[in-house]
Amino acid sequence: MLILAIETASSQAGCAIGGHEGVLASAHSGINGRHAESISPQIAFIKEQAGINYSELGAIAVDIGPGLFTGLRVGIATAISIAHALTLPVIGISSLDLLAFPARWTSRLIVSAMDARRGELFTALFRRVPGGIQRVRDANVCTAEDLAAEIQTFDEPSLLVGDGALRYAEVFESLGRVELAEQGLAHPSARAMVQLAHARAMREEFVQPWDLEPIYLRKPDAEINWSTRNDSK
Amino acid sequence: MADLILGIETSCDETAAAVVESSKLVRSSIVSSQIHLHERFGGVVPEIASRAHVELIVPVVAEALVAAGVEGDQIEAVAATAGPGLVGSLLVGVSSAKALATVWGVPFIAVNHLEAHLYASFLEDPDLQLPLVFLLVSGGHTLLVLMEEQGKYRVLGSTLDDAAGEAFDKVARYLGLGYPGGPAIDNLALGGDRSAFQYPRSLVQENPATLPDDRRFAFSFSGLKTAVVNHVRSNPDAATEDVVASFQEAVVDALVTKLKWALESTGVEAACLGGGVAANSRLRDRFMEVCDSTGVKGCLPSRAMCTDNAAMVAAAGYWSLKKMGPSPLNTGVDPNLGLV
Ligand SMILES: [Zn+2]
Repeated sequence: MLILAIETASSQAGCAIGGHEGVLASAHSGINGRHAESISPQIAFIKEQAGINYSELGAIAVDIGPGLFTGLRVGIATAISIAHALTLPVIGISSLDLLAFPARWTSRLIVSAMDARRGELFTALFRRVPGGIQRVRDANVCTAEDLAAEIQTFDEPSLLVGDGALRYAEVFESLGRVELAEQGLAHPSARAMVQLAHARAMREEFVQPWDLEPIYLRKPDAEINWSTRNDSK
Repeated sequence: MADLILGIETSCDETAAAVVESSKLVRSSIVSSQIHLHERFGGVVPEIASRAHVELIVPVVAEALVAAGVEGDQIEAVAATAGPGLVGSLLVGVSSAKALATVWGVPFIAVNHLEAHLYASFLEDPDLQLPLVFLLVSGGHTLLVLMEEQGKYRVLGSTLDDAAGEAFDKVARYLGLGYPGGPAIDNLALGGDRSAFQYPRSLVQENPATLPDDRRFAFSFSGLKTAVVNHVRSNPDAATEDVVASFQEAVVDALVTKLKWALESTGVEAACLGGGVAANSRLRDRFMEVCDSTGVKGCLPSRAMCTDNAAMVAAAGYWSLKKMGPSPLNTGVDPNLGLV
């Protein structure tokens, strides 16, 4: 089954087409914050590169977060609209799963840490299991210091991946038995998404485009302010 | 030429999609309002609006296609509002429109929301003759525009501070009338005395020639809002019906006076009203009075066509495509886009 994968949750944007036989074509742009401008032209470009018709696609995969809100919405709006137009199902994949995926061969504790801005990180912990990786702890948003303290409680060799890990490198480098993955793995990739989505497609882990739920992890500021105001009454 | 256009509008707190044929026939127009989500905050919260657009965009587009009785692959172009508006909200509609245009292999058209409001009148009155003067009044804009020909506009005047709709919302919030303020004030004012209090009409005088050129067709509502608040503060017993009726009359007076001056100074033979505040019943009455007294043809679109909708986006898209061709797929959004 051919899958179109759309990735716009971090400061970079990309897309890829592929399936069982691997990735047929992919595009990637490192221009910060221009997701809305670049993603549709990229999709049109890789479709030509792959030499396919849109009607040959079997599913649309998209990063559902956590990530930068604006980029996330551009990708999701694009993905669900394409899925609706082509009557295809959608495979939503978490950015933190995507970050951990290239590290799936390590026996160490895998820590995904994306830069969430405002001095915080989106994080999740994974461990290798037969046939892939499994979450040890679900996604949350926390500071680098919180995450460092959590890693220490595991007391085992760990591999940190993501732009958040690199941004706060000095916090993690002082910990023992912790390694930071290289810059090339710092952002979720559309190519990895094709692989991960293909495995999920085989297990029929689809949703309909109108049922796809983004993972924001943070409430809108107005809602936070409103509930604190009403709690203190 | 693209005859069947899908329009998408997500510039503020309405998720809307419509199918329009030949820029004239509205085959469907679906508007999903988010008012209930923003009510408790007393105004539109951009992040909440953006999240809701993501949830609603596919169902609303799907409903517009079904209601129009067309399949997606019959659509010949997709138009979406690219500005002005809330950036996060605009991005959802534009991303969706570009995605649909890409897979259907049809042109994408980036539409100016203000221009779309102008084209709403042509949907209901295709025989409308140009040039005409357009009074656009909403929560975000208060503009007096001379539309000379298709795609050619001159802004005669705009607000120096608050938009008229914003003044309605602020006064309504101060009086505890809830959100949105426009309909609440409109209803309550029906039972009030609009001459009970004389609130100020900014930049309105006996003789327009005494105003400097850049102020002649301009509006200002923040002083009025402050005057109402101060008056109510020192006269807590003033009947709310009378307060809102008098406030509404001051806003409407300023709007129609400037419209009258604009009609007299340009000598055009038609005038149009548009924007969310154009749903206000007192403004609608006074607009027609001014048109009748100056002998111009008044075009008053239905309330549904005045407030934000996607049929007007499709209509504006039709003309834009005809005049300038498709927009490139790497077009971005512009939250501060102006009319000219
Ligand atoms: Zn509007």
